[in-house]
Amino acid sequence: METAIFLLFAALALGSALMVVTHKSPVYATMSLVVTLFSLAVMFVLLGAPFIGALQVLVYAGAIVVLFLFVLMLLNISKEEHQHEGQTVHRWVALLGAGAFVGLVVPLIYRATQLRNAGVLTEEFVSIRGFARDLFTRYLLQFEIVGLLLLVAVVAATVVARKPPPAPSGVPGADSPVSPSLEIEP
Amino acid sequence: MQFDLLATAAKMALMLGIFILGVAPIMLWVERRMSAFMQDRPGPNRLGPLGLVQGVADAVKFMFKEDVTPAGADKPLYLMAPALALIPALSTYVVIPFGPDLTVSGKTVPLIVSTGSAGVLIFLALSSLGVYSLITAGYASNNKFSLLGGIRASAQLISYELALTVAVLAALIPAGSFYLPDVVAYQQKHLWMVIPQAIGFLVFLVAMFAETNRLPFDLPEAESELIAGFHTEYGAMRFATFFMGEYISMTALSMLAVTLYFGGWTLPFVHLTGWLGAIVGLAVLLGKVSLFMLFYVWVRWTFPRFRYDQLMRLGWKVLLPLAILNLLLVAVATLAGWFPGVG
Amino acid sequence: MSLPTSVPVSWFLVLAALLFAIGIAGALTRRNGIGIFLSIELMLNAVNVALVGYSRLLGERTGQIMVLFVMAVAAAEAAVGLGLFIAVYRQRRTIDVNRLNLMRW
Repeated sequence: METAIFLLFAALALGSALMVVTHKSPVYATMSLVVTLFSLAVMFVLLGAPFIGALQVLVYAGAIVVLFLFVLMLLNISKEEHQHEGQTVHRWVALLGAGAFVGLVVPLIYRATQLRNAGVLTEEFVSIRGFARDLFTRYLLQFEIVGLLLLVAVVAATVVARKPPPAPSGVPGADSPVSPSLEIEP
Repeated sequence: MQFDLLATAAKMALMLGIFILGVAPIMLWVERRMSAFMQDRPGPNRLGPLGLVQGVADAVKFMFKEDVTPAGADKPLYLMAPALALIPALSTYVVIPFGPDLTVSGKTVPLIVSTGSAGVLIFLALSSLGVYSLITAGYASNNKFSLLGGIRASAQLISYELALTVAVLAALIPAGSFYLPDVVAYQQKHLWMVIPQAIGFLVFLVAMFAETNRLPFDLPEAESELIAGFHTEYGAMRFATFFMGEYISMTALSMLAVTLYFGGWTLPFVHLTGWLGAIVGLAVLLGKVSLFMLFYVWVRWTFPRFRYDQLMRLGWKVLLPLAILNLLLVAVATLAGWFPGVG
Repeated sequence: MSLPTSVPVSWFLVLAALLFAIGIAGALTRRNGIGIFLSIELMLNAVNVALVGYSRLLGERTGQIMVLFVMAVAAAEAAVGLGLFIAVYRQRRTIDVNRLNLMRW
């Protein structure tokens, strides 16, 4: 039963990942990313981490990708144009690199996982209590640092994305090239 | 294994049956009659006794209306958006308990569809997926006003989601678990969470209105502002689908509010078990949820609409700090041992 | 609820490797800045799957906690990166990375 669920959602994840990477329209690529994230959330639950799975949907699919969509729609990003010169070679090189990566890593994986079997999943391992206990005792410093990082990111994003302050009048050629229609506010 | 599957299927059928087939038509009727009553006019009273058949007439009308797709609209996304409104709302029922544990032919059947330990998180995660219907509807309609409405609506939704989540977190602390039957059991043993956490409940209430795009937070779909906002270009059955999705998510959030703050399916001094307890529990839950839905309708026809900047200011500068303050207070109270029954 | 035990962990790790490879191919190939960003997010998610897989294999919760941090970092990176995109778009009216070549020698 779990095998069937795994195969279904793994196929879904791989299929939508390919869509993310190849589709011309960025909006469709983003929606395919949502499907991928959702399938990976199911993977997380299968691996005994339901908290991470729920968080994946709540944070990643429910907020980060929404942010992507906001930017896409506000800036009205159009579809990618067709390939031009040099693009085909580019693609083959990238495919070759990706294939080489898979070819190198997969045997390593099989070697690594054959030496040890996954233990039985205990209720304690899956529990959120245990997760919280680890997070707030053993990894407290990292937790606080990540909080600080998020604060820095909020400030940075606000500063970087805001409208440039108006140039003082009377200075020749100091006007920003941005037309008023680009005032990005909902 | 078979038994588990059958039990889960039966529970799902029950919940989906009541809440899908029941909610939309009943709410339509309640909305129109109650708003008429508040505005001192009769409301629909021609079709059937008290206008009860009006919903059927509306459904028939929707089915026969011409299905227009705007030119230049992004077809797949345009068609997907109404479904995206329904699916997250419909799937959130799986974590709400609606009765005590039943014993059927020797096995205990908990009256909740999903027994995962991350209950509330699943609810929040699934309801946060509802943003996508707004964005895709606004984007795919090839209409500047729809796009603007869609972006505003999604910004509103993700802003108030924060306050909602923090308020929910605070409500879970005394019960000590994300699994909703534990929360209900705690409230049955001690006291309804709304009493010590009134601030949290207030935050939850306001955020609940904002999350479902209901007045006074319905600027994204306001009829007098942006034509009809993100669902301007949707007619007939698709519009009806959006409507249904809105009512269903209202019901879902009301059920969460009832379960977290008002004791869920339990009554204060009643301890029934078995089939009688299950039926009474379901009736109690439905009764409390209907009170919430009446409140929704009452508020809608009472308050004027928030302007967009007022709305965002309220969400970020008022509700979120209040929710965090509530969380702090609850945490301190739990550590100090003021909550009954907490170790 | 029955706890899953029957799918070998190596399958999950292979899935992670494949997703990572797809992400690499996308990041190297896409011209749209947002497309590159999406491929990077794909890579991060592949790493998440690998981390949780190893956490399951070793019976330690460290992997899951790392995933939490990776998600937080990804959120921060998305916010700042998209802010940068908005700023760049304001100036140059394009997100096509082949045309954003002011710093090329």
